Amino acid sequence: MASIFQVIGAATAAVSSSTSFDTKKFQLCSRRSVSERKSSFVVVKASGSNRIGSRADQLVTNAVATKADTPPAASKPGHELLLFEALREGLEEEMERDARVCVMGEDVGHYGGSYKVTKGLADKYGDLRVLDTPIAENSFTGMGIGAAMTGLRPIIEGMNMGFLLLAFNQISNNCGMLHYTSGGQFKIPVVIRGPGGVGRQLGAEHSQRLESYFQSIPGIQMVACSTPYNAKGLMKAAIRSDNPVILFEHVLLYNLKERIPDEEYVLNLEEAEMVRPGEHVTILTYSRMRYHVMQAAKTLVNKGYDPEVIDIRSLKPFDLYTIGNSIKKTHLVLIVEECMRTGGIGASLTAAINENFNDYLDAPIVCLSSQDVPTPYAGTLEEWTVVQPPQIVAAVEQLCR
Amino acid sequence: MASSYLSKSKHMIMQSLKSKKVLMSIIMRHTSFVTNSQFCRPFHIQNYADSSVALSRSFGSIYCERRLHTATSVSNKSSTEAPSRQELDFPGGKVKFTPKLIFTSSSNNERTRCYRVLDEDGQLLIDSDSLNITKELAVNMYTNMVTLQVMDTIFYEAQRQGRISFYLTTIGEEAINIASAAALNINDFIFPQYREPGVLLWRGFSLQEFANQVFGNKYDYGKGRQMPIHYGSKKLNYITVASTVATQIPHAVGAAYSMKMDKQYSCTVTYFGDGGSSTGDFHAALNFAAVMEAPVIFFCRNNGWAISTPINDQLRSDGIVVRGKAYGVPSIRVDGNDALAVYSAVNDARKMAIEQQTPVLIEALTYRAGHHSTSDDSTKYRPVDEIEWWRADQNPVTRFRKWIETKGWWSDETESEHRSNIRKQLSQAIQAAERVEKPPVADMFNDVYDVPPKNLSEQEALLRKTIKKHIHEYQSDVPM
Repeated sequence: MASIFQVIGAATAAVSSSTSFDTKKFQLCSRRSVSERKSSFVVVKASGSNRIGSRADQLVTNAVATKADTPPAASKPGHELLLFEALREGLEEEMERDARVCVMGEDVGHYGGSYKVTKGLADKYGDLRVLDTPIAENSFTGMGIGAAMTGLRPIIEGMNMGFLLLAFNQISNNCGMLHYTSGGQFKIPVVIRGPGGVGRQLGAEHSQRLESYFQSIPGIQMVACSTPYNAKGLMKAAIRSDNPVILFEHVLLYNLKERIPDEEYVLNLEEAEMVRPGEHVTILTYSRMRYHVMQAAKTLVNKGYDPEVIDIRSLKPFDLYTIGNSIKKTHLVLIVEECMRTGGIGASLTAAINENFNDYLDAPIVCLSSQDVPTPYAGTLEEWTVVQPPQIVAAVEQLCR
Repeated sequence: MASSYLSKSKHMIMQSLKSKKVLMSIIMRHTSFVTNSQFCRPFHIQNYADSSVALSRSFGSIYCERRLHTATSVSNKSSTEAPSRQELDFPGGKVKFTPKLIFTSSSNNERTRCYRVLDEDGQLLIDSDSLNITKELAVNMYTNMVTLQVMDTIFYEAQRQGRISFYLTTIGEEAINIASAAALNINDFIFPQYREPGVLLWRGFSLQEFANQVFGNKYDYGKGRQMPIHYGSKKLNYITVASTVATQIPHAVGAAYSMKMDKQYSCTVTYFGDGGSSTGDFHAALNFAAVMEAPVIFFCRNNGWAISTPINDQLRSDGIVVRGKAYGVPSIRVDGNDALAVYSAVNDARKMAIEQQTPVLIEALTYRAGHHSTSDDSTKYRPVDEIEWWRADQNPVTRFRKWIETKGWWSDETESEHRSNIRKQLSQAIQAAERVEKPPVADMFNDVYDVPPKNLSEQEALLRKTIKKHIHEYQSDVPM
């Protein structure tokens, strides 16, 4: 059964000053002209008839000609909120829409969630729909799976993604597999979400990148949100999907502010986001690294480079269509990620691109990732484990030589 | 000095006792005392309050050295304040104090009793009118037990002959399987471990459907994706068996939560063995079910062995039944080889679970008379005569048979007729299942997700190309 996605045009979003992007209007592909104005940017939906399953007909074809020129006021002005509020809004809208949606996790009820994503929901929907669980990740993930098999649509929150390592057995052996091994008789429409990634001095155990451990599990989908706009859209899409979806949020991105549309929208789970179109090099990134990349892009643009930045968003499966189109244009790839060097998302992405687009590459793929060390507590050391904008600039300069 | 403080505190206590009637009544109602102090016995309190002599006598026993210091500090603070408390309102409820340094014992003196109504000779130990079992139900239960036994024997043989790759028998646990299933309703969701095919059999899974699954042919509901004995049926509300031990226990709690939200008149039932009760999932699930007041029946088949690990190496508590109390779950221990006891226990448990919205723990004591599976030879770690004794003397099927024969509902003729009937059906089912072709290659890639994503479609195309290219290296009976 295919999921239904309602994509409302190319939603526009005005970017607040706290997250400064440089964007160009998509159809102006001139290499040199750069405008540093903070303007609305267009979220481009990939067109294509060879999309997954029967979703092709629901997607809006290349939105360039239609939407790029319309000012943001064409749709309603929208409202400004922080990323965690956007997640909550998405969650609340889905809970309102479908009575089977419920939330379970530690401190999600009256406390409102450790990052306030579920604030106010327990008061509105009751203790049973927003369930506080004891500290037993494997077991409450199992509970969510059991509830999903018998008709509910639970959202399981890990207080920190790292805690979900305890739930690995349930996620891998049951969540990912039971739809398959039961011959399609039982489906498991759960959403497993939580904050992960390197924060500000949270220590090694609370700074883990679970996406690299989970990416092999067959049967699950993984997405990573990075802006309030895509956070809400991906949350809604994940809840509506009949597959188990793991939604990766980042601890440091919860307070990002953005203006998002008032009208309802749902994003495509398998699609990447074109953040900044360009000609010289394709930079693939996701989650927090997107902001480091965009910061580096500012410097690069000043130096005369024209990077194309893509937020891959869908970590499993990769949106090789969007990525491929970009590679065919630029012929150079830089991957910037927060995962460890060994076995991270970057490693898999490198392999996938090499396999599929080898002929289009002018140079070997460069992948910038964290070192294979546990994240240190000391602030300076922690900073050095994460890829920083100067490294990205240097890598691009090296690639483009 | 001691006596002056004693009299002072005694006086204060008498004052507070006389004035705080509420506290008195609470103390009188409180029945779970740890200490043996005379002060704690309800009806004496009234007397002691009136008799200062008696009070000082009792306080003499309570107020040991440590207590004295407390009394001192309290009385120093304010002479009108109440003396050291007898109980405190901790988070979680009122708890009474005791000055006696006593550790609770690791176990009770006597083990929890086991509920049994039918002895080995098929004699009913209770008044038969209290049992609510009709002839039809009893005969149905018995025939299913026999079918299960025959099915196990024949499939086991088939594995030994190399016709199927793996099998796991339920020998010795037929009563648990059938009797528990008989007490449930079709709307009760079953979350099995793997030694409960009898529950599926009771609900109407046919011998042909069993055969299709163990042979993994295209009619298997699991589409040939799982090992034999990993049955599952959405129609019969029996969740597909997963090889992982005890992961189904929290699933059952989640499903019960779902039922609770929908206010359905049904419960979930999950089965696991003594080994499964050691896992982390078991404990968290029991705990959480109690907190959530979820209608779930935890059925533990304590058959004494977890592959080669005997029960004494598995746990040191009095079996699994005492664990229920630790989590606040009502529990019972039943004789797992007594079909009638299992039936009535599950019947009552189900009613309790649904009407009172509480989890229930049932520990059924039995014996794993067969090997763990076809990959195991249990004579390597346990004596053959032990196995033989349980197979013969405590056999649940013969025990139940004796009972229904005394009732005149069964005979030797019906027995041999039924057995040969089942054997015939089974061999037909096996032959038919063997001949059916295996699931097609496409079924390898379906159902991983709701709709196959691009990468899987690519991988399927690649596989087909490879098979076509090296057609001779691949089995010809796998349909494309």
